[in-house]
Amino acid sequence: MQSAQTSFENIRKDFPILERTVRENKALVYLDNASTTQKPNQVIDAINDYYRNHNANIHRAVYALAEEATELYEGTRDKVANFINIKNRNEIIFVRGTTEAINLVAYAWGRKHVKEGDIIVTTEYEHHSNIVPWQLLTQEKGARLEYIGMDDNGELILDDLDKYLATGKVKLVTFSQMSNVLGTISDAETIISKCKAAGVLTLIDGAQAVPHMKVDVEKLGCDFFAFSGHKMLGPTGIGILWTRKSILETMNPFHGGGDMIREVHKYETTWNDLPYKFEAGTPNIADVVGLGAAIDYLSKIGMDNIREHEIDLTSYAIEKLANVKGLHIYGTKDISKRGGVISFNFADVHPHDVAQIIDEEGIAVRSGHHCAQVLMERLNVAATSRASFYIYNTKEEIDKLINSLNKVAKVFKL
Amino acid sequence: MSNADIYHEMIVDYSRNPINYGKIEDHDVTFHDSNPLCGDSIDIDMKIDNDKISDIKFHGKGCAICMACSSVLTEIAKGKNIDEVRNISKNDVLGELGLEHLQAVRIKCALLSLKVLKSALYSYLGKHLKNSDDVDKLKEEAASLY
Repeated sequence: MQSAQTSFENIRKDFPILERTVRENKALVYLDNASTTQKPNQVIDAINDYYRNHNANIHRAVYALAEEATELYEGTRDKVANFINIKNRNEIIFVRGTTEAINLVAYAWGRKHVKEGDIIVTTEYEHHSNIVPWQLLTQEKGARLEYIGMDDNGELILDDLDKYLATGKVKLVTFSQMSNVLGTISDAETIISKCKAAGVLTLIDGAQAVPHMKVDVEKLGCDFFAFSGHKMLGPTGIGILWTRKSILETMNPFHGGGDMIREVHKYETTWNDLPYKFEAGTPNIADVVGLGAAIDYLSKIGMDNIREHEIDLTSYAIEKLANVKGLHIYGTKDISKRGGVISFNFADVHPHDVAQIIDEEGIAVRSGHHCAQVLMERLNVAATSRASFYIYNTKEEIDKLINSLNKVAKVFKL
Repeated sequence: MSNADIYHEMIVDYSRNPINYGKIEDHDVTFHDSNPLCGDSIDIDMKIDNDKISDIKFHGKGCAICMACSSVLTEIAKGKNIDEVRNISKNDVLGELGLEHLQAVRIKCALLSLKVLKSALYSYLGKHLKNSDDVDKLKEEAASLY
Protein backbone atom coordinates (compact mmCIF):
# COMPACT_ATOMS: atom_id res chain seq x y z
CA MET A 1 0.00 0.00 0.00
CA GLN A 2 2.96 2.32 -0.57
CA SER A 3 1.02 4.37 -3.12
CA ALA A 4 -2.00 4.78 -0.82
CA GLN A 5 0.32 5.91 1.98
CA THR A 6 1.86 8.56 -0.25
CA SER A 7 -1.50 9.80 -1.44
CA PHE A 8 -2.72 10.24 2.14
CA GLU A 9 0.25 12.50 2.83
CA ASN A 10 -0.66 14.63 -0.16
CA ILE A 11 -4.33 14.81 0.71
CA ARG A 12 -3.86 17.56 3.32
CA LYS A 13 -2.75 19.98 0.59
CA ASP A 14 -6.24 19.80 -0.90
CA PHE A 15 -7.84 21.20 2.28
CA PRO A 16 -7.17 24.93 2.64
CA ILE A 17 -8.61 25.10 6.16
CA LEU A 18 -5.95 22.70 7.45
CA GLU A 19 -3.33 25.39 6.76
CA ARG A 20 -4.77 27.84 9.26
CA THR A 21 -3.87 28.23 12.88
CA VAL A 22 -6.23 28.66 15.81
CA ARG A 23 -6.03 30.24 19.28
CA GLU A 24 -2.42 31.22 19.99
CA ASN A 25 -0.84 30.24 16.69
CA LYS A 26 -1.57 26.55 17.12
CA ALA A 27 -1.93 24.31 14.07
CA LEU A 28 -5.52 23.15 13.70
CA VAL A 29 -6.01 19.50 14.66
CA TYR A 30 -9.51 18.79 13.45
CA LEU A 31 -10.92 15.66 15.12
CA ASP A 32 -14.67 16.28 14.87
CA ASN A 33 -15.31 14.50 11.59
CA ALA A 34 -18.28 12.49 12.83
CA SER A 35 -19.98 15.86 13.18
CA THR A 36 -18.93 17.38 9.87
CA THR A 37 -15.88 17.14 7.64
CA GLN A 38 -13.69 19.78 6.05
CA LYS A 39 -13.96 20.47 2.33
CA PRO A 40 -11.26 20.00 -0.33
CA ASN A 41 -10.56 22.62 -3.01
CA GLN A 42 -12.20 20.31 -5.54
CA VAL A 43 -15.58 20.65 -3.76
CA ILE A 44 -15.24 24.37 -3.03
CA ASP A 45 -14.23 25.00 -6.66
CA ALA A 46 -17.13 22.96 -8.06
CA ILE A 47 -19.65 25.06 -6.13
CA ASN A 48 -17.83 28.25 -7.10
CA ASP A 49 -17.74 27.20 -10.76
CA TYR A 50 -21.42 26.35 -10.72
CA TYR A 51 -22.39 29.82 -9.51
CA ARG A 52 -19.88 31.60 -11.74
CA ASN A 53 -20.59 29.73 -14.94
CA HIS A 54 -23.68 27.53 -14.94
CA ASN A 55 -26.28 28.90 -12.52
CA ALA A 56 -29.88 28.51 -13.71
CA ASN A 57 -32.99 26.73 -12.53
CA ILE A 58 -33.21 23.11 -13.58
CA HIS A 59 -35.64 20.88 -15.46
CA ARG A 60 -37.88 23.57 -17.05
CA ALA A 61 -36.17 26.15 -19.22
CA VAL A 62 -34.78 25.28 -22.65
CA TYR A 63 -31.84 27.68 -22.81
CA ALA A 64 -28.19 26.62 -22.61
CA LEU A 65 -27.52 27.49 -18.95
CA ALA A 66 -30.57 25.60 -17.75
CA GLU A 67 -29.47 22.58 -19.73
CA GLU A 68 -25.99 22.70 -18.15
CA ALA A 69 -27.38 23.13 -14.65
CA THR A 70 -29.76 20.21 -15.18
CA GLU A 71 -26.94 18.01 -16.45
CA LEU A 72 -24.77 18.86 -13.44
CA TYR A 73 -27.64 18.21 -11.02
CA GLU A 74 -28.74 14.95 -12.62
CA GLY A 75 -25.10 13.94 -13.09
CA THR A 76 -24.72 13.79 -9.32
CA ARG A 77 -27.71 11.46 -9.11
CA ASP A 78 -25.83 9.06 -11.36
CA LYS A 79 -22.68 9.46 -9.26
CA VAL A 80 -24.64 8.62 -6.10
CA ALA A 81 -26.16 5.57 -7.78
CA ASN A 82 -22.73 4.37 -8.80
CA PHE A 83 -21.08 5.22 -5.45
CA ILE A 84 -23.38 3.15 -3.23
CA ASN A 85 -24.56 0.72 -5.93
CA ILE A 86 -28.17 1.58 -6.66
CA LYS A 87 -29.55 0.10 -9.86
CA ASN A 88 -32.39 2.56 -10.44
CA ARG A 89 -31.26 6.22 -10.33
CA ASN A 90 -34.88 7.35 -10.08
CA GLU A 91 -35.11 5.90 -6.59
CA ILE A 92 -32.61 8.50 -5.33
CA ILE A 93 -34.13 11.59 -3.73
CA PHE A 94 -32.15 14.70 -2.88
CA VAL A 95 -32.96 16.03 0.58
CA ARG A 96 -31.28 18.40 3.04
CA GLY A 97 -29.57 15.64 4.98
CA THR A 98 -30.09 12.42 6.90
CA THR A 99 -32.48 14.11 9.32
CA GLU A 100 -34.76 15.24 6.54
CA ALA A 101 -34.50 11.84 4.83
CA ILE A 102 -35.72 10.01 7.94
CA ASN A 103 -38.44 12.58 8.56
CA LEU A 104 -39.56 12.13 4.96
CA VAL A 105 -39.94 8.39 5.53
CA ALA A 106 -41.73 8.88 8.86
CA TYR A 107 -44.10 11.36 7.26
CA ALA A 108 -44.74 10.10 3.75
CA TRP A 109 -44.42 6.35 4.36
CA GLY A 110 -45.22 6.17 8.09
CA ARG A 111 -48.39 8.20 8.02
CA LYS A 112 -49.73 6.07 5.21
CA HIS A 113 -48.80 2.62 6.50
CA VAL A 114 -48.37 2.68 10.30
CA LYS A 115 -51.50 2.03 12.32
CA GLU A 116 -52.58 1.73 15.93
CA GLY A 117 -50.83 -1.12 17.72
CA ASP A 118 -47.99 -1.38 15.16
CA ILE A 119 -44.38 -1.38 16.33
CA ILE A 120 -41.41 0.60 15.00
CA VAL A 121 -38.06 -0.75 16.23
CA THR A 122 -34.97 1.44 16.61
CA THR A 123 -31.80 0.98 18.72
CA GLU A 124 -30.28 2.38 21.88
CA TYR A 125 -27.35 3.90 20.01
CA GLU A 126 -29.29 6.00 17.52
CA HIS A 127 -28.81 9.69 16.85
CA HIS A 128 -31.85 11.77 17.86
CA SER A 129 -32.71 12.03 14.15
CA ASN A 130 -33.52 8.31 14.13
CA ILE A 131 -35.56 8.45 17.35
CA VAL A 132 -37.59 11.66 17.45
CA PRO A 133 -39.36 11.28 14.04
CA TRP A 134 -40.50 7.81 15.18
CA GLN A 135 -41.67 9.12 18.54
CA LEU A 136 -43.76 11.72 16.71
CA LEU A 137 -45.19 9.11 14.33
CA THR A 138 -45.96 6.43 16.93
CA GLN A 139 -47.53 8.96 19.29
CA GLU A 140 -49.75 10.27 16.52
CA LYS A 141 -50.81 6.78 15.41
CA GLY A 142 -51.10 5.08 18.80
CA ALA A 143 -48.28 2.79 17.70
CA ARG A 144 -45.27 1.70 19.82
CA LEU A 145 -41.58 2.51 19.62
CA GLU A 146 -39.23 -0.21 20.88
CA TYR A 147 -35.45 -0.35 21.23
CA ILE A 148 -32.88 -2.99 20.40
CA GLY A 149 -30.64 -2.83 23.48
CA MET A 150 -26.87 -2.45 23.51
CA ASP A 151 -24.43 -4.62 25.49
CA ASP A 152 -21.51 -3.28 27.54
CA ASN A 153 -19.25 -3.73 24.55
CA GLY A 154 -21.31 -1.23 22.59
CA GLU A 155 -22.87 -3.86 20.31
CA LEU A 156 -26.55 -4.42 19.61
CA ILE A 157 -28.36 -7.26 21.39
CA LEU A 158 -30.08 -8.91 18.43
CA ASP A 159 -32.14 -11.22 20.69
CA ASP A 160 -34.21 -8.09 21.35
CA LEU A 161 -34.96 -7.85 17.65
CA ASP A 162 -36.13 -11.49 17.56
CA LYS A 163 -38.44 -10.78 20.48
CA TYR A 164 -40.12 -7.83 18.73
CA LEU A 165 -40.30 -9.55 15.34
CA ALA A 166 -42.06 -12.50 17.00
CA THR A 167 -45.00 -10.23 17.90
CA GLY A 168 -45.87 -9.94 14.20
CA LYS A 169 -46.61 -6.25 14.75
CA VAL A 170 -43.34 -4.69 13.60
CA LYS A 171 -43.67 -2.45 10.53
CA LEU A 172 -40.14 -1.09 10.33
CA VAL A 173 -36.72 -1.67 11.87
CA THR A 174 -34.50 1.41 11.66
CA PHE A 175 -30.83 1.51 12.69
CA SER A 176 -27.57 3.29 12.03
CA GLN A 177 -24.96 1.39 10.10
CA MET A 178 -22.31 3.00 12.33
CA SER A 179 -22.89 4.63 15.73
CA ASN A 180 -21.93 8.33 15.77
CA VAL A 181 -20.77 8.02 19.40
CA LEU A 182 -19.16 4.59 19.75
CA GLY A 183 -18.24 3.95 16.14
CA THR A 184 -19.80 0.48 16.40
CA ILE A 185 -20.50 -0.97 12.97
CA SER A 186 -23.92 -2.62 13.11
CA ASP A 187 -24.36 -6.17 11.87
CA ALA A 188 -26.63 -4.92 9.09
CA GLU A 189 -26.54 -8.22 7.23
CA THR A 190 -28.01 -10.19 10.15
CA ILE A 191 -30.57 -7.52 11.05
CA ILE A 192 -31.81 -7.27 7.47
CA SER A 193 -32.01 -11.02 6.92
CA LYS A 194 -34.02 -11.45 10.14
CA CYS A 195 -36.36 -8.63 9.05
CA LYS A 196 -36.74 -10.02 5.54
CA ALA A 197 -37.66 -13.42 6.93
CA ALA A 198 -40.35 -11.69 9.00
CA GLY A 199 -41.54 -9.54 6.08
CA VAL A 200 -40.50 -6.33 7.87
CA LEU A 201 -39.03 -3.25 6.16
CA THR A 202 -35.61 -1.86 7.17
CA LEU A 203 -34.19 1.66 7.16
CA ILE A 204 -30.45 2.26 7.42
CA ASP A 205 -29.05 5.57 8.68
CA GLY A 206 -25.81 5.55 6.70
CA ALA A 207 -24.63 9.02 7.78
CA GLN A 208 -21.54 7.67 9.57
CA ALA A 209 -20.91 4.67 7.32
CA VAL A 210 -21.01 6.03 3.76
CA PRO A 211 -18.14 8.52 4.28
CA HIS A 212 -15.84 5.92 5.80
CA MET A 213 -16.34 2.53 4.14
CA LYS A 214 -17.53 0.88 0.95
CA VAL A 215 -21.33 0.67 1.08
CA ASP A 216 -23.31 -1.47 -1.34
CA VAL A 217 -27.02 -0.76 -0.94
CA GLU A 218 -28.05 -3.41 -3.45
CA LYS A 219 -26.13 -6.07 -1.53
CA LEU A 220 -27.39 -4.86 1.85
CA GLY A 221 -30.97 -5.40 0.71
CA CYS A 222 -32.52 -2.77 2.99
CA ASP A 223 -35.63 -0.81 1.95
CA PHE A 224 -34.67 2.76 2.90
CA PHE A 225 -31.16 4.23 3.04
CA ALA A 226 -30.22 7.76 4.17
CA PHE A 227 -26.98 9.74 4.38
CA SER A 228 -25.60 13.29 4.39
CA GLY A 229 -23.16 15.06 2.08
CA HIS A 230 -21.41 17.22 4.64
CA LYS A 231 -19.95 14.27 6.55
CA MET A 232 -18.17 13.08 3.39
CA LEU A 233 -16.33 16.24 2.24
CA GLY A 234 -19.46 17.65 0.59
CA PRO A 235 -21.32 20.85 1.43
CA THR A 236 -23.91 21.21 4.19
CA GLY A 237 -27.59 21.14 3.28
CA ILE A 238 -27.55 18.19 0.91
CA GLY A 239 -28.29 14.54 1.60
CA ILE A 240 -29.77 11.45 0.03
CA LEU A 241 -32.77 9.25 0.63
CA TRP A 242 -32.93 6.06 -1.36
CA THR A 243 -36.08 3.93 -1.30
CA ARG A 244 -37.24 1.03 -3.42
CA LYS A 245 -39.52 2.10 -6.27
CA SER A 246 -42.23 -0.36 -5.20
CA ILE A 247 -42.35 1.38 -1.79
CA LEU A 248 -41.95 4.95 -3.12
CA GLU A 249 -44.99 4.37 -5.29
CA THR A 250 -47.14 3.66 -2.25
CA MET A 251 -46.02 6.84 -0.42
CA ASN A 252 -47.74 10.17 -0.21
CA PRO A 253 -45.72 13.24 -1.27
CA PHE A 254 -43.73 14.95 1.50
CA HIS A 255 -43.91 18.57 0.37
CA GLY A 256 -46.30 20.02 -2.16
CA GLY A 257 -45.17 22.59 -4.73
CA GLY A 258 -43.38 23.05 -8.02
CA ASP A 259 -41.50 20.27 -9.79
CA MET A 260 -43.32 17.52 -7.89
CA ILE A 261 -46.52 17.73 -9.93
CA ARG A 262 -47.70 16.40 -13.26
CA GLU A 263 -50.85 18.53 -13.57
CA VAL A 264 -52.34 20.97 -11.12
CA HIS A 265 -56.00 21.90 -11.29
CA LYS A 266 -57.93 24.03 -8.87
CA TYR A 267 -58.88 21.21 -6.51
CA GLU A 268 -56.75 18.27 -7.55
CA THR A 269 -53.24 17.47 -8.64
CA THR A 270 -51.52 14.50 -10.20
CA TRP A 271 -47.96 13.73 -9.12
CA ASN A 272 -44.80 13.82 -11.15
CA ASP A 273 -42.75 10.68 -11.78
CA LEU A 274 -40.12 9.47 -9.33
CA PRO A 275 -37.97 10.92 -7.89
CA TYR A 276 -39.44 14.35 -8.64
CA LYS A 277 -42.65 13.63 -6.74
CA PHE A 278 -40.46 13.96 -3.62
CA GLU A 279 -38.35 16.94 -4.71
CA ALA A 280 -40.76 19.89 -4.45
CA GLY A 281 -39.49 23.38 -5.14
CA THR A 282 -36.17 24.56 -6.55
CA PRO A 283 -33.66 22.17 -5.02
CA ASN A 284 -30.23 22.88 -3.57
CA ILE A 285 -28.59 22.68 -7.00
CA ALA A 286 -25.18 24.12 -6.12
CA ASP A 287 -24.67 21.78 -3.19
CA VAL A 288 -25.79 18.79 -5.26
CA VAL A 289 -22.99 19.77 -7.66
CA GLY A 290 -20.63 20.03 -4.67
CA LEU A 291 -21.68 16.57 -3.48
CA GLY A 292 -20.87 15.22 -6.94
CA ALA A 293 -17.34 16.61 -6.62
CA ALA A 294 -16.99 15.05 -3.15
CA ILE A 295 -18.03 11.65 -4.52
CA ASP A 296 -15.46 12.00 -7.33
CA TYR A 297 -12.79 12.88 -4.78
CA LEU A 298 -13.56 9.93 -2.47
CA SER A 299 -13.88 7.51 -5.40
CA LYS A 300 -10.45 8.51 -6.66
CA ILE A 301 -8.88 7.64 -3.30
CA GLY A 302 -10.98 4.50 -2.99
CA MET A 303 -13.28 3.68 -0.07
CA ASP A 304 -11.30 0.57 0.87
CA ASN A 305 -8.14 2.67 1.17
CA ILE A 306 -10.02 5.18 3.34
CA ARG A 307 -11.26 2.42 5.64
CA GLU A 308 -7.72 1.05 5.88
CA HIS A 309 -6.30 4.48 6.73
CA GLU A 310 -8.89 4.94 9.46
CA ILE A 311 -8.32 1.47 10.90
CA ASP A 312 -4.64 2.39 11.11
CA LEU A 313 -5.36 5.72 12.86
CA THR A 314 -8.02 4.29 15.18
CA SER A 315 -5.89 1.35 16.33
CA TYR A 316 -3.05 3.76 17.02
CA ALA A 317 -5.31 6.17 18.92
CA ILE A 318 -6.96 3.44 21.01
CA GLU A 319 -3.54 2.06 21.97
CA LYS A 320 -2.23 5.51 22.97
CA LEU A 321 -5.41 6.59 24.78
CA ALA A 322 -5.58 3.31 26.70
CA ASN A 323 -2.19 4.22 28.21
CA VAL A 324 -3.44 7.55 29.59
CA LYS A 325 -4.08 6.98 33.28
CA GLY A 326 -7.74 7.51 34.23
CA LEU A 327 -8.99 7.57 30.65
CA HIS A 328 -11.96 5.35 29.79
CA ILE A 329 -12.82 4.46 26.18
CA TYR A 330 -16.40 3.44 25.38
CA GLY A 331 -17.34 0.72 22.92
CA THR A 332 -15.64 -2.29 21.44
CA LYS A 333 -11.86 -2.60 21.13
CA ASP A 334 -12.37 -4.92 18.14
CA ILE A 335 -11.28 -2.68 15.30
CA SER A 336 -13.10 -4.77 12.68
CA LYS A 337 -16.36 -3.77 14.37
CA ARG A 338 -15.73 -0.04 14.77
CA GLY A 339 -15.10 2.99 12.63
CA GLY A 340 -12.83 5.95 13.34
CA VAL A 341 -14.87 7.32 16.23
CA ILE A 342 -13.61 7.21 19.83
CA SER A 343 -15.71 8.41 22.74
CA PHE A 344 -13.98 8.70 26.08
CA ASN A 345 -14.10 10.17 29.54
CA PHE A 346 -11.05 11.35 31.43
CA ALA A 347 -11.25 10.59 35.17
CA ASP A 348 -13.90 12.83 36.75
CA VAL A 349 -13.25 15.78 34.44
CA HIS A 350 -16.35 16.87 32.53
CA PRO A 351 -15.97 16.53 28.72
CA HIS A 352 -16.64 20.27 28.27
CA ASP A 353 -13.69 21.08 30.46
CA VAL A 354 -11.50 18.57 28.59
CA ALA A 355 -12.55 20.06 25.24
CA GLN A 356 -11.93 23.62 26.36
CA ILE A 357 -8.46 22.96 27.75
CA ILE A 358 -7.27 21.04 24.69
CA ASP A 359 -8.82 23.64 22.39
CA GLU A 360 -6.03 25.93 23.59
CA GLU A 361 -3.65 23.52 21.85
CA GLY A 362 -5.63 23.79 18.62
CA ILE A 363 -7.37 20.46 19.06
CA ALA A 364 -11.01 20.29 18.00
CA VAL A 365 -12.91 17.41 19.61
CA ARG A 366 -16.59 17.25 20.35
CA SER A 367 -17.91 17.15 23.90
CA GLY A 368 -21.48 16.58 24.98
CA HIS A 369 -24.22 14.05 24.35
CA HIS A 370 -23.65 13.96 20.56
CA CYS A 371 -27.43 14.04 19.93
CA ALA A 372 -27.63 10.57 21.47
CA GLN A 373 -29.13 11.08 24.93
CA VAL A 374 -30.74 7.62 24.95
CA LEU A 375 -27.23 6.18 24.58
CA MET A 376 -25.83 8.55 27.26
CA GLU A 377 -28.50 7.21 29.63
CA ARG A 378 -27.55 3.64 28.73
CA LEU A 379 -23.87 4.42 29.43
CA ASN A 380 -24.94 6.27 32.58
CA VAL A 381 -22.97 9.40 31.70
CA ALA A 382 -24.05 12.98 31.05
CA ALA A 383 -21.60 13.41 28.22
CA THR A 384 -18.43 12.12 26.59
CA SER A 385 -15.51 13.60 24.69
CA ARG A 386 -15.29 12.31 21.14
CA ALA A 387 -12.42 12.26 18.67
CA SER A 388 -13.33 11.18 15.15
CA PHE A 389 -10.98 10.80 12.22
CA TYR A 390 -10.98 11.21 8.47
CA ILE A 391 -8.71 10.89 5.48
CA TYR A 392 -6.60 13.98 6.30
CA ASN A 393 -5.80 13.07 9.90
CA THR A 394 -2.37 11.79 10.88
CA LYS A 395 -0.69 9.89 13.72
CA GLU A 396 1.18 13.09 14.61
CA GLU A 397 -2.20 14.70 15.30
CA ILE A 398 -3.15 11.83 17.59
CA ASP A 399 0.14 12.38 19.46
CA LYS A 400 -0.85 16.04 19.87
CA LEU A 401 -4.20 14.95 21.30
CA ILE A 402 -2.44 12.69 23.82
CA ASN A 403 -0.04 15.46 24.81
CA SER A 404 -2.86 17.94 25.28
CA LEU A 405 -4.54 15.52 27.69
CA ASN A 406 -1.48 15.88 29.93
CA LYS A 407 -2.41 19.53 30.29
CA VAL A 408 -5.91 18.52 31.40
CA ALA A 409 -4.37 16.17 33.96
CA LYS A 410 -2.20 19.01 35.25
CA VAL A 411 -5.03 21.54 35.57
CA PHE A 412 -7.30 19.04 37.31
CA LYS A 413 -4.47 17.54 39.37
CA LEU A 414 -5.13 14.00 38.15
CA MET B 1 -6.81 36.08 29.06
CA SER B 2 -6.48 32.69 27.47
CA ASN B 3 -9.64 30.63 27.61
CA ALA B 4 -7.93 27.85 29.57
CA ASP B 5 -7.00 30.35 32.30
CA ILE B 6 -10.55 30.10 33.59
CA TYR B 7 -9.52 26.79 35.17
CA HIS B 8 -7.90 28.37 38.19
CA GLU B 9 -7.60 26.80 41.62
CA MET B 10 -10.98 27.95 42.90
CA ILE B 11 -12.94 26.53 39.95
CA VAL B 12 -11.18 23.19 40.11
CA ASP B 13 -11.62 23.01 43.91
CA TYR B 14 -15.31 23.87 43.75
CA SER B 15 -15.89 21.32 41.01
CA ARG B 16 -14.19 18.63 43.09
CA ASN B 17 -15.79 19.66 46.40
CA PRO B 18 -19.00 21.50 45.64
CA ILE B 19 -20.60 23.53 48.44
CA ASN B 20 -24.29 23.04 49.32
CA TYR B 21 -24.40 19.91 47.20
CA GLY B 22 -27.26 17.51 47.91
CA LYS B 23 -31.01 17.42 48.40
CA ILE B 24 -33.44 18.92 50.92
CA GLU B 25 -36.12 16.29 51.48
CA ASP B 26 -38.68 18.66 53.08
CA HIS B 27 -38.06 21.53 50.63
CA ASP B 28 -40.65 24.25 50.09
CA VAL B 29 -39.74 24.50 46.44
CA THR B 30 -37.66 22.52 43.98
CA PHE B 31 -36.83 23.17 40.35
CA HIS B 32 -35.00 21.32 37.58
CA ASP B 33 -33.55 22.50 34.30
CA SER B 34 -30.97 21.31 31.83
CA ASN B 35 -28.91 22.73 29.03
CA PRO B 36 -30.11 21.07 25.81
CA LEU B 37 -26.82 21.74 24.06
CA CYS B 38 -24.54 19.93 26.46
CA GLY B 39 -26.76 17.89 28.77
CA ASP B 40 -25.74 19.70 31.96
CA SER B 41 -28.55 19.19 34.44
CA ILE B 42 -29.19 20.99 37.76
CA ASP B 43 -31.83 20.68 40.49
CA ILE B 44 -32.17 23.24 43.28
CA ASP B 45 -34.12 22.63 46.51
CA MET B 46 -34.96 25.48 48.91
CA LYS B 47 -36.46 25.93 52.37
CA ILE B 48 -38.15 29.30 52.67
CA ASP B 49 -39.08 30.68 56.11
CA ASN B 50 -40.58 34.16 56.55
CA ASP B 51 -39.56 35.13 52.99
CA LYS B 52 -36.00 34.10 53.70
CA ILE B 53 -33.95 31.32 52.04
CA SER B 54 -33.19 29.39 55.20
CA ASP B 55 -31.58 26.50 53.33
CA ILE B 56 -30.59 25.77 49.74
CA LYS B 57 -28.95 22.77 48.09
CA PHE B 58 -28.25 21.78 44.49
CA HIS B 59 -27.52 18.50 42.75
CA GLY B 60 -26.98 17.33 39.22
CA LYS B 61 -24.31 16.84 36.60
CA GLY B 62 -22.26 19.50 34.97
CA CYS B 63 -18.84 20.71 33.94
CA ALA B 64 -16.40 22.40 36.33
CA ILE B 65 -17.73 25.86 35.40
CA CYS B 66 -21.32 24.78 36.04
CA MET B 67 -20.51 23.13 39.38
CA ALA B 68 -18.35 26.01 40.63
CA CYS B 69 -20.98 28.61 39.74
CA SER B 70 -23.72 26.53 41.39
CA SER B 71 -21.66 26.38 44.59
CA VAL B 72 -20.99 30.10 44.59
CA LEU B 73 -24.60 30.95 43.78
CA THR B 74 -26.02 28.85 46.60
CA GLU B 75 -23.52 30.45 48.97
CA ILE B 76 -24.68 33.91 47.87
CA ALA B 77 -28.38 33.04 48.18
CA LYS B 78 -28.33 31.24 51.51
CA GLY B 79 -29.79 33.37 54.33
CA LYS B 80 -30.94 36.15 51.99
CA ASN B 81 -34.56 37.22 51.68
CA ILE B 82 -36.57 36.61 48.53
CA ASP B 83 -36.25 40.14 47.13
CA GLU B 84 -32.49 40.09 47.52
CA VAL B 85 -32.28 36.76 45.70
CA ARG B 86 -34.51 38.12 42.92
CA ASN B 87 -31.91 40.81 42.41
CA ILE B 88 -28.89 38.53 42.12
CA SER B 89 -27.35 39.33 38.73
CA LYS B 90 -25.21 37.16 36.51
CA ASN B 91 -22.18 39.29 37.29
CA ASP B 92 -22.64 38.61 41.01
CA VAL B 93 -21.95 34.97 40.21
CA LEU B 94 -19.38 35.40 37.43
CA GLY B 95 -17.48 38.10 39.36
CA GLU B 96 -17.04 35.86 42.36
CA LEU B 97 -15.05 33.43 40.20
CA GLY B 98 -13.34 35.91 37.87
CA LEU B 99 -15.42 34.70 34.94
CA GLU B 100 -16.72 38.10 33.71
CA HIS B 101 -15.15 37.51 30.29
CA LEU B 102 -16.24 33.92 29.84
CA GLN B 103 -16.68 33.07 26.17
CA ALA B 104 -20.23 32.93 24.84
CA VAL B 105 -20.39 29.16 24.38
CA ARG B 106 -19.65 28.56 28.07
CA ILE B 107 -21.84 31.28 29.57
CA LYS B 108 -24.83 28.92 29.66
CA CYS B 109 -22.78 26.47 31.72
CA ALA B 110 -22.04 29.22 34.23
CA LEU B 111 -25.59 30.54 34.45
CA LEU B 112 -27.67 27.36 34.39
CA SER B 113 -27.95 27.27 38.18
CA LEU B 114 -28.94 30.96 38.32
CA LYS B 115 -31.70 30.21 35.85
CA VAL B 116 -32.84 27.27 37.97
CA LEU B 117 -32.71 29.33 41.18
CA LYS B 118 -34.77 32.16 39.71
CA SER B 119 -37.24 29.73 38.13
CA ALA B 120 -37.61 28.01 41.51
CA LEU B 121 -38.27 31.35 43.15
CA TYR B 122 -40.82 32.36 40.51
CA SER B 123 -42.63 29.08 40.85
CA TYR B 124 -42.72 29.58 44.64
CA LEU B 125 -43.88 33.18 44.32
CA GLY B 126 -46.39 32.25 41.62
CA LYS B 127 -48.14 30.01 44.12
CA HIS B 128 -48.15 32.66 46.85
CA LEU B 129 -48.75 35.91 44.96
CA LYS B 130 -52.31 37.22 45.03
CA ASN B 131 -52.00 40.43 43.01
CA SER B 132 -52.09 39.81 39.23
CA ASP B 133 -49.86 42.85 38.52
CA ASP B 134 -47.16 41.22 40.58
CA VAL B 135 -47.60 37.99 38.64
CA ASP B 136 -47.21 39.83 35.31
CA LYS B 137 -44.10 41.59 36.60
CA LEU B 138 -42.75 38.22 37.67
CA LYS B 139 -43.37 36.71 34.23
CA GLU B 140 -41.60 39.61 32.60
CA GLU B 141 -38.66 39.23 34.94
CA ALA B 142 -38.49 35.49 34.22
CA ALA B 143 -38.57 36.10 30.46
CA SER B 144 -35.59 38.46 30.58
CA LEU B 145 -33.37 36.26 32.70
CA TYR B 146 -30.42 36.21 30.27
